Amino acid sequence: MAKSLGRRVMLALAAPVLAVAFAVAMSSIVLALSGSSPITAYIDMFDHARKLETMIDIGNRFTPLYISGVAAAIGFRMNLFNIGVEGQYLLATLFAAAAGGAVNLPPVLHIGLILIVAMTVGAAYSGVAGVLKVTRGVNEVISTIMLNVIAISGLVAWLVREWQAGGGVNASGGNAGVGTEPIPESGLMPNLNGFVEIFTREIKQGKKLTGVLVIALLVGIGYHVLVNRTRFGFDLRASGMNPFAAQAGGVPPKRMVVTAMVLSGAAAGLVGMSTLMDQGRYSPNFVRGLGFAGIGVTLLGRNHPVGIAIGALLFAFLDVSAGILQISGSASREIVVIMQGIILIAAVVAYEVVNRFRQREEAKDAAAALQSVPPAGIEVSA
Amino acid sequence: MAPAIELTGITKRFPGVVANDDVNLTVEAGEIHAICGENGAGKSTLMKILYGMQPPDEGTMAVDGQRVRFSSPSDAIEAGVGMVHQHFMLADNLTVLENVILGAEPRNWRGIDFKAARQHLSEVGEAYGLDVDPDDLVESLEVGERQRVEIIKVLYRGARILILDEPTAVLVPQEVEELFRNMRELKASGATILFIDHKLDEVLEIADSITVLRQGRTVATVKPEDVTAGDLAELMVGSELPTPDITDSTVTDAVALDVAELVVHDADERAVVDRVDLRIHKGEIVGIAGVEGNGQSELIDAIIGTQPVASGTISLLGADVTHASVRNRREAGIGYVPQDRHHEGLLLEAPLWENAMLGHQTQAPYAKGAFVDRRGAQGQTEQIRTEFDVRTPNVHVAAHALSGGNQQKLILGREMMAEPSVLIAAHPTRGIDVGAQAAVWDSIRAARAKGLATLLISADLDELIGLSDTIIVMLRGKLVATLDPAAVTPRDLGAYMTGAALEPAGQEVAADG
Ligand SMILES: Nc1ncnc2c1ncn2[C@@H]1O[C@H](COP(=O)(O)OP(=O)(O)OP(=O)(O)O)[C@@H](O)[C@H]1O
Ligand SMILES: [Mg+2]
Repeated sequence: MAKSLGRRVMLALAAPVLAVAFAVAMSSIVLALSGSSPITAYIDMFDHARKLETMIDIGNRFTPLYISGVAAAIGFRMNLFNIGVEGQYLLATLFAAAAGGAVNLPPVLHIGLILIVAMTVGAAYSGVAGVLKVTRGVNEVISTIMLNVIAISGLVAWLVREWQAGGGVNASGGNAGVGTEPIPESGLMPNLNGFVEIFTREIKQGKKLTGVLVIALLVGIGYHVLVNRTRFGFDLRASGMNPFAAQAGGVPPKRMVVTAMVLSGAAAGLVGMSTLMDQGRYSPNFVRGLGFAGIGVTLLGRNHPVGIAIGALLFAFLDVSAGILQISGSASREIVVIMQGIILIAAVVAYEVVNRFRQREEAKDAAAALQSVPPAGIEVSA
Repeated sequence: MAPAIELTGITKRFPGVVANDDVNLTVEAGEIHAICGENGAGKSTLMKILYGMQPPDEGTMAVDGQRVRFSSPSDAIEAGVGMVHQHFMLADNLTVLENVILGAEPRNWRGIDFKAARQHLSEVGEAYGLDVDPDDLVESLEVGERQRVEIIKVLYRGARILILDEPTAVLVPQEVEELFRNMRELKASGATILFIDHKLDEVLEIADSITVLRQGRTVATVKPEDVTAGDLAELMVGSELPTPDITDSTVTDAVALDVAELVVHDADERAVVDRVDLRIHKGEIVGIAGVEGNGQSELIDAIIGTQPVASGTISLLGADVTHASVRNRREAGIGYVPQDRHHEGLLLEAPLWENAMLGHQTQAPYAKGAFVDRRGAQGQTEQIRTEFDVRTPNVHVAAHALSGGNQQKLILGREMMAEPSVLIAAHPTRGIDVGAQAAVWDSIRAARAKGLATLLISADLDELIGLSDTIIVMLRGKLVATLDPAAVTPRDLGAYMTGAALEPAGQEVAADG
């Protein structure tokens, strides 16, 4: 039993490890061809990642990537391709920022309000795609892509000007002037530096580990419980595996589509929270691309809550490393994007290979187990 | 002459089971060879190996005396071996000709050479005495005709050795006769046929040799003239052939399911179920006889709730459920055995215990509040497994790893264990071996004695006559005759189903007007 458990774990890890190894090999070739030394580049990346401050950066990047991955995964579980996380989180963050900047409440309530507005807006906007699908038969891939355009180039671009704070200066003093009304202190989640420093040295360079990380972990746990432990999760997975059988089994297909899109959108609404809590306002150059990155993270993690976490961590590490490669000059930062792409492709292939291997192994085990037990006594008279 | 097929020492293992265990099989050229055996005996697996869909773990194969090794079905076809699967794989919206040439299109400089294709198709049809209209749309064909198209499709690609996996399971007796006529003609034209069948009288009628598999091994190869159906059953399962015995009526006065003036439309607004009145009492089994495509599926779908009702009402135990959701109806006590287990019955990738939940996932022992009760569900599935003899290593394997008949037993088990008040059963024993069939009938009868109302649809007329308290004939969306099963033979029933036994003129005009 112990042996088989060990092997199960190994097999589960084999695919992602193979994929990463392959991606490292390919990237090395690309690096070498472009005239950089792969060894130096990797050493730079790892040296950098060992620093506490870099780890904080990775944690801060992990947080939105993970939430984004989970948001996409909720849809994927029933074969709904919510490509709209991007638009959903930008719109949701803008509304949450505006709401948070407009009121003054006690801390817990204030933060709660911001999160609830974000989730509601994300859910509502994603729900539009769900409703379009069940009432008009519009494919959700098409509708979410269009809704992305409407959200990003339309609504957000317009509203961010409408809701611009009266010439307020950005708290961090950066590229200031434009953006929503800054959220008062009571609306910003406290960072986790104090908690981390219990175990480590003091965090320097003004780095702060986002408190939203806690929410990301709760989202992950919630996702696991919802999908694997609840009746709703069973209905969701059943619809994904065989919609006809699910329907005959009493799962209401239309309601499932809308509910899944709404839940996916609610999670998507939280994607921008860590950045919002850090910057204190929504500005026109608010971080983009987290929604699309989440799709890759989910593919890598195979919709599994822990898998998505590993994928998010890996991508966060690579994203943060891009900066150091640039600074140390050991390679160009684009190499990171190339690596992420290769990892994704390799992961898809590696999962398939490992899966076949696993099936063959199981068959061998079965045969071995049966050798020791003679089958029921039947005369063979062929 | 070398045998058409010679399999030696074929072994195939799956997780937890040995599907084929040192199987030897010789099929002489030009014979019709039947493969029989219990559910899970390894028949389909052996055929898939022979067709190159799965590689054997051990053993060798020879076709026409030549050693072969297939790594895909196209290798098998190359060697002249073709297979028709139990689930047809035709594209509904293409014509017969297009379906036949799909993937093997003859080409000329302008693209697909339809003229050559048509020519070749008619040559094949003539050579083997198979009659089809190349321009018919496949969706307009009946099951038997579709099957013929599947066979032609294989012959068109040059196969001379034909594998048919449970070809008669989906056919009504008339269609079976037609198929057997075709098989004899194929044989006369030099083809070799290998087929799987659970109905022993059919096997005895058509086969030249019969090989019986049991638990993955060849038990015996016999000639039909040397054995009776009883002998065969004994070889297969080690028990006597069950006879559907007549039991006392348990019909009560209480109406369980009341369907009144029901009309269901298809996509073109035509009435495919046409003013149907149907009443099933507690303790009653009502059988619907009809050739597939006469509105039975739509009637079932409307009762289950997956198809909207145009007019009329459906009441369940006195409550109007005409517009209730599928879930509400299920919770109110409707059990459902769908006609196509892969399409509507199973989550093939999911473990057996999750499949057992399907349709009952809101109720104990599968659920606790909003949560899945994993332990309860797995325990219940274990019980289904023992009571309905589902052959599986454990309840955690995926449903696709079960043999066809065992999948069917699982579906039946999950519905019966939920103790429904009304059971809608379409072909409940389709693909189930003779031994298990008797057990299924017993369990339906036992439930009937306790007040279960059953709507039974079956292509197996013996089953229909043996189980039903009343038989109703359905033709072109209407219920056209009510018959007493004690006074009707399969032959009569067949005549009713095709409309031949009904009064001519008058009734027909009324039906269409
Ligand atoms: N893909 C698979 N993975 C695991 N086990 C399998 C797989 N295919 C078949 N089996 C197992 O192999 C055995 C033989 O299955 P097979 O489908 O050949 O039976 P069969 O004789 O065709 O039965 P039936 O009459 O029910 O169709 C069964 O125990 C089945 O569970
Ligand atoms: Mg089979």
